[in-house]
Amino acid sequence: MKPHPNMRETYGLTLVELARENRDIVALEADLGKSTRSVLFQEAFPDRYFQMGIAEQNMAATAAGLALVGKIPFIHSFAVFVAGRAFDQLRTTICIPSLKVRICGSSCGFSDFGDGKTHQSVEDVAIMRSLPNMSVLSPMDSIETIKMMECLIDWPGPVYIRINRSDLPFLFPADEPYHIGKITKLRDGSDVALLAAGVMVSRSLEAAGILAEKGISARVLNLSTIKPMNRGGLIEAVIGVRAIVVSEEHNIVGGLGGAVLEALRAVPHAPVELVGIKDCFGMSATNYDEILARFGLTGPAIAGAAMDLLRVSRH
Amino acid sequence: MADTATIQKLERLALQLRFDLLEMMGVGKAGHLGGSSSMAEIVACLYFHAMRYNPANPKDPQRDRFLLSKGHCVLIQYAALVELGVIPREELKKAKTLDGCLQGHPDMDRTPGIEAVTGSLGMGLSVALGMALGLRLDGRPNRVYVGMGDGELSEGQIWEAAIAAASYKVDNITGIVDFNHVQATGPTKEILHNPDIAKKWNAFGWEVLEIDGHNIGQILNALEKAKKVTGRPAVIIAETVKGKGFSFAENNAAFHNGIFTEDLYRQALSELRAQRTALESRHAQEVRS
Repeated sequence: MKPHPNMRETYGLTLVELARENRDIVALEADLGKSTRSVLFQEAFPDRYFQMGIAEQNMAATAAGLALVGKIPFIHSFAVFVAGRAFDQLRTTICIPSLKVRICGSSCGFSDFGDGKTHQSVEDVAIMRSLPNMSVLSPMDSIETIKMMECLIDWPGPVYIRINRSDLPFLFPADEPYHIGKITKLRDGSDVALLAAGVMVSRSLEAAGILAEKGISARVLNLSTIKPMNRGGLIEAVIGVRAIVVSEEHNIVGGLGGAVLEALRAVPHAPVELVGIKDCFGMSATNYDEILARFGLTGPAIAGAAMDLLRVSRH
Repeated sequence: MADTATIQKLERLALQLRFDLLEMMGVGKAGHLGGSSSMAEIVACLYFHAMRYNPANPKDPQRDRFLLSKGHCVLIQYAALVELGVIPREELKKAKTLDGCLQGHPDMDRTPGIEAVTGSLGMGLSVALGMALGLRLDGRPNRVYVGMGDGELSEGQIWEAAIAAASYKVDNITGIVDFNHVQATGPTKEILHNPDIAKKWNAFGWEVLEIDGHNIGQILNALEKAKKVTGRPAVIIAETVKGKGFSFAENNAAFHNGIFTEDLYRQALSELRAQRTALESRHAQEVRS
């Protein structure tokens, strides 16, 4: 399938493609189908699409029932609602029996920049990551989204996938094979490791460019599988560097940064800094770049964090 | 109308399920006796009469499914599964211990015959709805039975599911409200008054059948009627006594999740034995007359 630059559009198109091949796929929506793009599935497979109305808790537990009779349900809402409002239903009815339900947390992070605090998810990864049996994925672009979703048919247990609302640059090498747990190296370097997921991968590449101008060599790694963390791969990927910066569009409490630090425990490693949302809620903005900049989620901020760790002057 | 032999068989089974409850409770272990015992007749009628269920193959895709949204009352489901041979009888004594497979709440990983994970209240009707939608999608004729508590009807999700089931015209679900009037910390009316239950279900688009939940004949009739409802889901509101069959536990919130002392255990055993004697003599009379 040809990736669309917009991640949520790609998500919807890919879901339709997968459902053509696999009749067990069903989709459930909580009245945000035009945003999550599950509407594309509704148009293609109306009989396998369940509009559950504004009732996320019922949607999640209904998906459990569908999985228990052999379906592969994909449930949809904004990240903040599906992870927050339906938490106990995901925990009890889906994660405990480890059912094959796919949870699309759409408009993740600040990508719903206009709607403000209530609609911006700064904590969904932390919540979903804490659930036993749950896998947590955060693709960096539409190419990776397609490859990742193709893996969701056979992957065991529940999966939470974080989908961005925006157009994001194509970064994943199109011909490279993908598997869940893969750590993709997008740029090689020897001084610093810049680790990231989602939109922050492109910002980390920008940071690597800034660092190069200062004579600092940075490698950039995409950690789109936040859970299960590929611990061995991660430890190997940061060998030899003098600083590690983990960047995420999420609270620095409990997100990718936390997952990386947990994975690096008990092994010697370079000092780590986290670039993310500093334990606060978001706000309304007129565009995505503007809000990312306001919260310090930028290439220069990542480069600055790396320089601080290396004790190199920023100026 | 079911024949006398069927009714008698199910009455004996319901009593046997209460003996099994007693064995699971043991002495000194907390257990949800009240809301389990109030469902003994209903569960006997489901597993031993109404449901399409082959105990030799509890994972048969062609089976009817029964799940308890009020998951804490799973002891009564364990009892039925033991009588069916799905769960080994020796598990009864080991209930809720590290050595056993019978967990405090329904756990699909550990216990054969359990259809869903429930326990956090209010979720089971949604799970049943998902099963029903999936079975319908596959053109399977099977039904989903889901037991709910009256106290549990305070959970908003029950009503989300009620709306959705009616909206999707799901007619392969039978909801069963175990209307025993008592919840964990007192009478349901005093905890949070939720009047006109039947009218509420009806207003949500469900066919409502109100019965005495300890009367086998009425239960069988209602289950049969519910099967025949088309184009909308059906709910049976079963008027029951919490702790039924254990005099000290009847209508007593303390035995929502109670503990048997040695003395109470012995008393319960002698009460159940007396009920068995009375039942046998009544049955003998019924056969003669």
